[in-house]
Amino acid sequence: MALDRSDVEGIAHLARIAINEQDIENTTATLKDILHMVDQMQAVNTDNIEPLAHPLELVQRLRSDEVTEANQRDHFQQLAPQTENGLYLVPKVIE
Amino acid sequence: MQWEAVIGLEVHVQLATKSKIFSGASTAFGAEPNTQACAVDLGLPGVLPVLNAEVVRMAVMFGLGIHAHINQTNIFARKNYFYPDLPKGYQTSQMDLPIVGKGYVDIPLDNGEMKRIGVTRAHLEEDAGKSLHEDFHGMTGIDLNRAGTPLLEIVSEPELCSAKEAVAYLKYIHGLIRYLGISDGNMAQGSMRCDANVSIRPKGETTLGTRAEIKNVNSFRFIEKAINFEIERQIDVLEAGGKVVQETRLYDSERDETRSMRGKEEANDYRYFPCPDLLPVVISDEDLRAIKEALPELPEQKRQRFMDKFKLSEYDATILTEERETAEYFEQVASQCGDAKLAANWMMGEIAARLNKNNLEITESPVPADRLAKLLSRLKDQTINGKGAKTAFEALWEGADDVDAVIEAKGLKQVTDTHAIAAIIDDIIAKHPEQVEQYKAADDAKRKKMIGFFVGQVMKASKGSANPGQVNQLLQQKLS
Amino acid sequence: MHELTIAELVQGLADKKFSSVELTQHYISRINQLDKKYNSFITVNEDEALNQAKQADQLRANGQANQFAGIPVAHKDIFCTKGIKTTCGSKMLANFVAPYESTVTEKFSQANFITLGKTNMDEFAMGSSNETSHFGSVCNPWDTKRVPGGSSGGSAAAVAAQLTPAATGTDTGGSIRQPAALCGITGIKPTYGRVSRWGMIAFASSLDQAGPMTRTAEDAALLLNVMSGFDCKDSTCVDQPVPDYTESLNQPLTGLRIGLPKEYFSAGIDSNVSKAIHAALDVYRQLGATIKEVSLPHTALSLPAYYVIAPAEASSNLSRFDGVRYGYRCETPENLEDLYKRSRGEGFGAEVKRRILVGTYALSAGYYDAYYIKAQKIRRLVKQDFTDVFNEVDVIMSPTAPTTAFNLGEKMDDPVAMYASDINTIAVNLAGLPAMSIPAGLVDGLPVGLQMIGNYFAEAKLLQVAHQFQQATDWHRQRPTALD
Repeated sequence: MALDRSDVEGIAHLARIAINEQDIENTTATLKDILHMVDQMQAVNTDNIEPLAHPLELVQRLRSDEVTEANQRDHFQQLAPQTENGLYLVPKVIE
Repeated sequence: MQWEAVIGLEVHVQLATKSKIFSGASTAFGAEPNTQACAVDLGLPGVLPVLNAEVVRMAVMFGLGIHAHINQTNIFARKNYFYPDLPKGYQTSQMDLPIVGKGYVDIPLDNGEMKRIGVTRAHLEEDAGKSLHEDFHGMTGIDLNRAGTPLLEIVSEPELCSAKEAVAYLKYIHGLIRYLGISDGNMAQGSMRCDANVSIRPKGETTLGTRAEIKNVNSFRFIEKAINFEIERQIDVLEAGGKVVQETRLYDSERDETRSMRGKEEANDYRYFPCPDLLPVVISDEDLRAIKEALPELPEQKRQRFMDKFKLSEYDATILTEERETAEYFEQVASQCGDAKLAANWMMGEIAARLNKNNLEITESPVPADRLAKLLSRLKDQTINGKGAKTAFEALWEGADDVDAVIEAKGLKQVTDTHAIAAIIDDIIAKHPEQVEQYKAADDAKRKKMIGFFVGQVMKASKGSANPGQVNQLLQQKLS
Repeated sequence: MHELTIAELVQGLADKKFSSVELTQHYISRINQLDKKYNSFITVNEDEALNQAKQADQLRANGQANQFAGIPVAHKDIFCTKGIKTTCGSKMLANFVAPYESTVTEKFSQANFITLGKTNMDEFAMGSSNETSHFGSVCNPWDTKRVPGGSSGGSAAAVAAQLTPAATGTDTGGSIRQPAALCGITGIKPTYGRVSRWGMIAFASSLDQAGPMTRTAEDAALLLNVMSGFDCKDSTCVDQPVPDYTESLNQPLTGLRIGLPKEYFSAGIDSNVSKAIHAALDVYRQLGATIKEVSLPHTALSLPAYYVIAPAEASSNLSRFDGVRYGYRCETPENLEDLYKRSRGEGFGAEVKRRILVGTYALSAGYYDAYYIKAQKIRRLVKQDFTDVFNEVDVIMSPTAPTTAFNLGEKMDDPVAMYASDINTIAVNLAGLPAMSIPAGLVDGLPVGLQMIGNYFAEAKLLQVAHQFQQATDWHRQRPTALD
């Protein structure tokens, strides 16, 4: 799978990860190596094989509809970089 | 050129659970910011989701209510994108195997006919939080109380042809979810939100035009206005030789227009994949049967029953059964007054007009069902006539609570005393010798028309309290 | 005291040969003294550990002590601990103190274990050498120029250096077994779903599983008794009774059927490692086991499949680290996008970013089927391979890692070579099976790990098979010569 610099920039944007200008080339090369290894998968025919998402193939358990969590806002917001009046603050979101 | 609109709706319904879809935090509306956002809702490291059983039950109820195929194995997937009100960087939703598959609903059209609208699917997902853009020193504040609230997203086929049809569909869905008790449907609080995909094409064309998506419109009135605006806009664009752009647009109710959300136009790649923290949801045949058996009477069942029992037209029955509360009100009035046709006319006439004018729900009507029933009984037993009933209703609407006392106080009782009416009639005949002459000279057909004049004069003289039937009968005797 | 196993410490405390405070103080002193060399701890919980020890001694004095009251352990820094920093080896969480306790650490606390501290690890458990930690590499106690393995390298090194009697680890593709092998200790990754993942910071949710890292199989059995069990907070945790894993330890192995997958002994396996494994297998023959060659034909494909599935899940799991509600936030973000990109660009290390990018790519439009779905299909084939083989044998054995501990820095510039060192461990995670690594020999003074893979929920069998070996050999008693 051919992967070029602009692909890497696109993926990095999707993943919201800044990559320094000087690292892009190196990152591209490494990702190419990894994808090259990953491409070994294409060697095997998997037609008619069901994908397996969970090893045990069990079924989702359901919880009863009860409120079990109390307000811990102050506790949680001690972890936050910036809050005001109980809100988490981020740079202005443009609608 | 003649254009036709093609509309599909995506309706988000907040399910009326006590706790969130994947956590034990409360879903109550109106709490202080972030006081109902627990570790799971906040997406703290190491926390895990566990699915709320009630959410599954409610989604299945809805599916059964629209004759849909229920996917007894359904899967949660992650929809990945970054937004500050989306704490985990993904929304847990359903993609390939939603809980509710294909179904349909029948909606009433203005011409009195019914139209079947296909529902593509309905899937469960978690709601996001809220961004507050008021000025926090030029920053945006994030409230995550709503994050993790259970939503059912109902996707219609693009089979609606006008804003009116879209509203009729929405009203049906709104009624259904309230019948089922799975949502309060409160649009003002965001319990029911709607996105509309609108496109137009030359009449007769079969391929779809480019669509615009109008986001988050939260009232029946606005959805109608937004769609109408959007159809007009697209017609203008195409007739001016332009092209409709596939985009998301926001409806501005103050200016009554939709406008492009250019800031968010970036093509998204949501990278859906099965959520590895959740296992496939499996609904057993037994559970499915139990939910089916516990279903309340649905609008369409009630509609049929009203048609059978009360001999209502399909259209009338549909209108009266749209909202559970309206149907229950009607049924009480009809049963207590013993005249369903009369009750239906009043429901769709006087009551509907008043509620609409005052922007009230039937549950907020100042005239409760038993009071209206009593009023209609008095009309039926001829204690009052139609005009008197309207006058009495006016007083009841303003707060009077005793029907008989109102009739008494306003002197609305019909005069059924033959002697009293005969005296008035004699008086009228004496005052109008010319008309009497003409009447006597006329043939039967003309007489039928001419008698109205005398009835009117007598009613006027009795200040509306005479029984019009009785007046008619006596007049005929006296004039012959 | 630091030579003793947990089983021996339990006895010692019960017999009042030493107190928990003495024991805890002893380990704390060793950590303070020696860990400069290994860097196996990120946080040492000195004051609180001594408090806990006092309480444990008090319980014992009152006759209220349970079996493990007062035994010190260390936890991999991936388990959230209320009141103690949980960094996951990342700058992103360098100052993160969780407001809740992981189920695993909660179970240890309820059993009155003492928390000595939090051990170093590859950042977000992504690595096979413990060199990706924001808090510096961990050195292998057998040779400090070499890696301890990863990602539970801190736990493995701390146990090997006798800075703790035991530690917890997590294993997504070999992260318990490979460092256990490289550091000459015992480690078990239980069946997926056996141990709750609540409060354990997720790398790849469908692969991650916690387990104990100890000196002996007996200790592993004791700790697995503590860690295992149903947890309603984890949807993927299995609701199945937990046996007493110590119960069958002493049963003989007569008639045990061992399978040797030929793919696990193929090219890339160091010949001396292979020799050591075969010598260990001879011991099993003497213990009454029969050995046959088996085949797991999709082994080679498990590596590429794993390096799609694990990064795909990770790319999504790590999206929550966005600098908004907790964790690292970049200085003076210009706008929201800048906040996201720089907080994540600066807060994550190179390997984590690499895997996020690979995972993002594998899930993106146009590649999902070719990568993600393909990998999930191969996952089924890999699982089927094991199911077939377990019709014929009770336990599968192989070298845990292709080589002994490699040099620090040796593979850091070549991720693909680094990934290849997981070749014998990752298929187990794809299938969700339980597996162990035990010390089985030394090559040039460095430990070799014997991997044993069991059928679903056959942890007791694995522990028995390991324990019997440890009764017959003393590889698990070997200590790094450089120690102290």
